[in-house]
Amino acid sequence: MSDPPAAASPGSDFAIDVTGVTKRFGSKTVVNAIDLRVRRGEIYGFLGPNGSGKTTFIRMLCGLLTPDAGTGTCLGYDVRAQQSDIKRHVGYMTQKFSYYEDLSIRENLDFIARLYNLPDRRSAVQCSLERLGLANRSHQLAGQLSGGWKQRLSLAACLIHSPQLLLLDEPTAGVDPKARREFWDEIHRLAAEGLTVLITTHYMDEAERCHRLAYLAYGKLLTHGTLDDVLASVRLTTWSVTGPDLLELAKKIRGLPGIEQVVAFGTTLHVSGRDAAALEASLTCVRDPRHEWKKIRSGLEDVFISLMDSAKDNFA
Amino acid sequence: MSASRFTLHRLWAIVLKEFIQMKRDRVTFGMMVGIPLMQLMLFGFAINSDPKHLPTALRAADQGPFARTLVAALSTSGYFTLTHEAATEAEAHRLLQLGEVQFVINIPEDFSRRLLRGERPSLLIEADATDPSATGPALNAVRAIADHVLDRDLTGPLARLRAKAGPIDLQLHAHYNPENITQYNVVPGLMGVVLTMTMVIITALAITRERERGTMENLLSTPVRPFEVMLGKILPYIVVGYIQVTLILVAAHFVFHVPMIGSLLLLYAVSLLFIAANLAMGITFSTLAKNQLQAVQMAFFFFLPSILLSGFMFPFRGMPEWAQWVGSILPNTHYLRIVRGILLKGNGLTEIAPHLWPLLAFLVVAMAIGVKRYRQTLD
Ligand SMILES: Nc1ncnc2c1ncn2[C@@H]1O[C@H](COP(=O)(O)OP(=O)(O)OP(=O)(O)O)[C@@H](O)[C@H]1O
Ligand SMILES: [Mg+2]
Repeated sequence: MSDPPAAASPGSDFAIDVTGVTKRFGSKTVVNAIDLRVRRGEIYGFLGPNGSGKTTFIRMLCGLLTPDAGTGTCLGYDVRAQQSDIKRHVGYMTQKFSYYEDLSIRENLDFIARLYNLPDRRSAVQCSLERLGLANRSHQLAGQLSGGWKQRLSLAACLIHSPQLLLLDEPTAGVDPKARREFWDEIHRLAAEGLTVLITTHYMDEAERCHRLAYLAYGKLLTHGTLDDVLASVRLTTWSVTGPDLLELAKKIRGLPGIEQVVAFGTTLHVSGRDAAALEASLTCVRDPRHEWKKIRSGLEDVFISLMDSAKDNFA
Repeated sequence: MSASRFTLHRLWAIVLKEFIQMKRDRVTFGMMVGIPLMQLMLFGFAINSDPKHLPTALRAADQGPFARTLVAALSTSGYFTLTHEAATEAEAHRLLQLGEVQFVINIPEDFSRRLLRGERPSLLIEADATDPSATGPALNAVRAIADHVLDRDLTGPLARLRAKAGPIDLQLHAHYNPENITQYNVVPGLMGVVLTMTMVIITALAITRERERGTMENLLSTPVRPFEVMLGKILPYIVVGYIQVTLILVAAHFVFHVPMIGSLLLLYAVSLLFIAANLAMGITFSTLAKNQLQAVQMAFFFFLPSILLSGFMFPFRGMPEWAQWVGSILPNTHYLRIVRGILLKGNGLTEIAPHLWPLLAFLVVAMAIGVKRYRQTLD
């Protein structure tokens, strides 16, 4: 910890500013020397395949796990030494529902409000019930709620103490599209009020709603930046094909030099690769006048899969 | 850890939450009341260290008046109930072997004749002594009966055959429970046993359950401190403990008529220490256990010596030194003496004080281990 009190300047531009954060479980390095800076008021998307260390990283940020290496600050507080200060100003929504199923919505919120010793507890609880539309089912037991309502309760609970930073771990997993849209609208409203949000997700459309993104695989940060930065970070060329017998075509081109991904989407096929020249060379061999070929912008998903494939080559 | 010290409002938050959860969990709450009642029935009515009316076979080759007096006296002692007549020694042994009878009384054919001649005829009582505690009291009673039962029949010139007084005039005063009523001993002892069993198991699950359900992760991400969580989980169960104490005392008084000589107020006051010690033990188990099954196993592991080595089941002083040593660590051992002391002997604070310190020490150590072992992170 080279810069202890100086780093704890709450006025800093960054809500999260960590370098070299590492976590090992036994001999396995789950989070490997991650550097991350998240500006205040930003919605930061944290993506990566299952087991890439997203949850572990978030737990280290809010003081639930102690990093094996690395330094940094969260809201200006040292992530190693000032965990209890961090806890008071961070709202953490766990990946798995973690409120009491045998308590009602109101009782759960009331419990959390008491733990934070909120000055005007009753109105804080009532306020958060209303804000997230939970007011008319506040007496329902949390265990009897559907997934979407559980998610709202979790969000309400981790907002109740007006945190400055929200850490949301896959908040929308298993939630229907409309509820997801509403959830994201709410997140944007909160960010506009100055809240910083770090959010993990597996949905590409959600990733596109973040100000900035980071992509993690095998514990390593592979790329980060705005959507365009991320798209540009991998020089991926993608062609879209429409026409008959796409399945046959897919079979034929898979494995040709330069062709890294062949993905079927209903009536189109996306073919992408990082080496544009090799890709086009391979494609000319299989050109068929019945097919319509079009060069398109690579999607986030294609980029991530490409990133993951190359990461596998590096780490496996 | 500068900013967060122990605070009452967080403690109160945990206490309230536990009460609500307790209220919702009807089965567990029912168990907490049901277990004491069930154990009272089992131990209170079933255990008897002074068993009577044991089945007895009589092989009487002599039917004379002396033999009849003797048999009648043995029956009226209450220990022996004649259920079989055996004609031969082989038949008698068979009854013992089958377990049909506990005793065989053998009266030889020349019993009366030899008695009158002053030849000290033998009276053989054979016992199935596989369980010494079943036969012990009965055999002790026989000795006293044999010495004096015939005194009334031995009149006139026969009076010289009466047993002579020994050189010592032996006086026995069995204080506190002169009639040797097992329940006077067992029912007060049950308080410690019931509390140990329910309190330790319930709290052993407390933190393990939070961890298994994933609520721990949430709790840890709030500013709540370990000591607040532990104390907050203990306090509600102290109330439950007192309900149990009251249930047992009511039953002891109205059902088993156990004398209550000492101060009940004192008993209630010191029970707090014992209940808290057990709860702290349970909480500590729950910080050590990886899952609820392990937690219950640990609680059971603690429960066994508490019942066997505390002096509840077997006399404490009859145990080898190492067992007494283990026993004196256990809270139940001391609580047992406190309860029996207050109820049966009318002990006051000064008499029970030597047993309060070990309870307090146990509480502090268990709590300290628990707080230390309570993981503030998920590491
Ligand atoms: N307490 C632990 N002990 C040992 N290994 C762990 C522990 N927690 C996580 N891991 C391992 O660390 C790796 C990363 O897990 P983590 O939960 O951080 O991944 P994730 O990116 O959140 O995955 P997902 O998208 O599935 O939620 C996994 O391989 C997991 O098995
Ligand atoms: Mg995760």
